[in-house]
Amino acid sequence: MRVNMTVNGEQRQADDVWEGESLLYVLRERLGLPGSKNACEQGECGSCTVYLDAVPVCACLVAAGQAEGREVRTVEGLADGDRLDPVQQSFVDAGAVQCGFCTPGLVVAAHDLLARVPEPADEEIREALAGNLCRCTGYEKILDAVKLAATRGASA
Amino acid sequence: MEFLRPATLAEALAVKAERPGAVPIAGGTDVMVELNFDHRRPEALLDLTGIAELGEWSTADGNVRLGAGVPYTRLIEQLGARLPGLAMAARTVGSPQIRNRGTVGGNLGAASPAGDTHPVLLATGGTVEVASVRGIRLIAADDFYLGVKRNALADDELITAVNLPDAKAPQQFSKIGTRNAMVIAVCSFGLALHPEQGRVGAAIGSAAPTPRRSRAAEDFLSGELTDAGLWESPAPLRDSVCRRFGELVAEGTEPIDDVRGSAAYRRHALSVLARRTLTWAWQEYRTGERSCA
Ligand SMILES: Cc1cc2nc3c(=O)[nH]c(=O)nc-3n(C[C@H](O)[C@H](O)[C@H](O)COP(=O)(O)OP(=O)(O)OC[C@H]3O[C@@H](n4cnc5c(N)ncnc54)[C@H](O)[C@@H]3O)c2cc1C
Ligand code: FES
Ligand code: FES
Repeated sequence: MRVNMTVNGEQRQADDVWEGESLLYVLRERLGLPGSKNACEQGECGSCTVYLDAVPVCACLVAAGQAEGREVRTVEGLADGDRLDPVQQSFVDAGAVQCGFCTPGLVVAAHDLLARVPEPADEEIREALAGNLCRCTGYEKILDAVKLAATRGASA
Repeated sequence: MEFLRPATLAEALAVKAERPGAVPIAGGTDVMVELNFDHRRPEALLDLTGIAELGEWSTADGNVRLGAGVPYTRLIEQLGARLPGLAMAARTVGSPQIRNRGTVGGNLGAASPAGDTHPVLLATGGTVEVASVRGIRLIAADDFYLGVKRNALADDELITAVNLPDAKAPQQFSKIGTRNAMVIAVCSFGLALHPEQGRVGAAIGSAAPTPRRSRAAEDFLSGELTDAGLWESPAPLRDSVCRRFGELVAEGTEPIDDVRGSAAYRRHALSVLARRTLTWAWQEYRTGERSCA
């Protein structure tokens, strides 16, 4: 089947989509947006987190057809050209990126948190990121990154 | 495989009548896992997310009608005061990403013994509204769960809503998991006080083939509260009453040993959950202040 959606502000079309295919597969394999990562395909790791109509979801659990006519924003759509989003920049500055596999999902989840709660408490950050696994950092630097982004007023 | 996207409920019901093998998909948080792992290859997916009315809730005559497709996040944000028990359960589901997609309708469709909303629907006296081209049926939550992952839906039916009374008194939900977030319940417990009926609702999850009411415990506690006149002049509960309530809850279970916990642990944990949730709910009933969860 064919799926039409707006991705990062652009109208995109994917052809020959299998009916049981996930949005994640379409984004990565058909639209050339490898930012969202595929790790578990069962909603456990959060590395595929994208915005669907402004709501963060696991792209691996959205059927491609469910995105028809809807708006998707991936980690690639957060930066403004070469200028990183403040949340992205804070992850770099705080050393919250090691292998980087979990980073895109965490950045989207943190971006959403800060848009809703500009000055989150530690527990709020932990709860908001509870669906994102990182195997490298031990999470402390990730918490630092989110707090740094908050002080920089990252809620654009 | 086909991907069907009805725009209205009537259309969806017509499709379901014609093609009972079409698998409904709402948030997809159960369905997509099965597809991604090739555990299921249905002839068609019936996407319900384009049907606006399934994503709405309304209130009338002291009841909430919660559309089957309302995601947990919206339930928590918008109905926390009217449906505190259900909102508490919803808050324990998965992660924000899962709660943003997952729905009560999907929890009912999957009918897992571990589904978090089930003990609350049982304890609060919820009814499941289902529809088909043949008409609408209201199924009491009590009659909805038939076996492990089996529910009372006919092949041509869709879940359209759940109906729950506005909470008139404290409700509680509590769940045991190996960590704070992202875990399936090892066991869970829902409690609702119904002072206007002089009755307590109590139900367990993950400790029998289906979610189920703890009837002996309900009857015992309802009797104690009524006999002692405690609904009208609520005094602290005697420890022996709380303990007996917990014991009766534990006796009403039929747990299994599995990777998440032993049967003995589940039984014990449920007696503790029952006692604790009762203490919290009663404290709130007496003082008007929520003491936990
Ligand atoms: C990482 C992860 C964590 C999870 N954690 C929890 C948890 O903590 N607690 C918990 O209870 N669950 C949990 N789940 C399971 C799942 O999120 C819930 O069961 C959720 O409520 C399913 O809702 P959904 O809308 O996504 O359902 P879907 O996946 O869309 O559907 C689930 C089932 O219901 C059927 N269905 C859906 N809507 C209807 C309808 N209107 N009429 C008839 N049938 C219908 C579908 O055909 C399917 O069989 C988790 C899942 C994941 C992936
Ligand atoms: S790949 Fe989607 S949550 Fe892990
Ligand atoms: S940086 Fe490697 S998984 Fe998080």
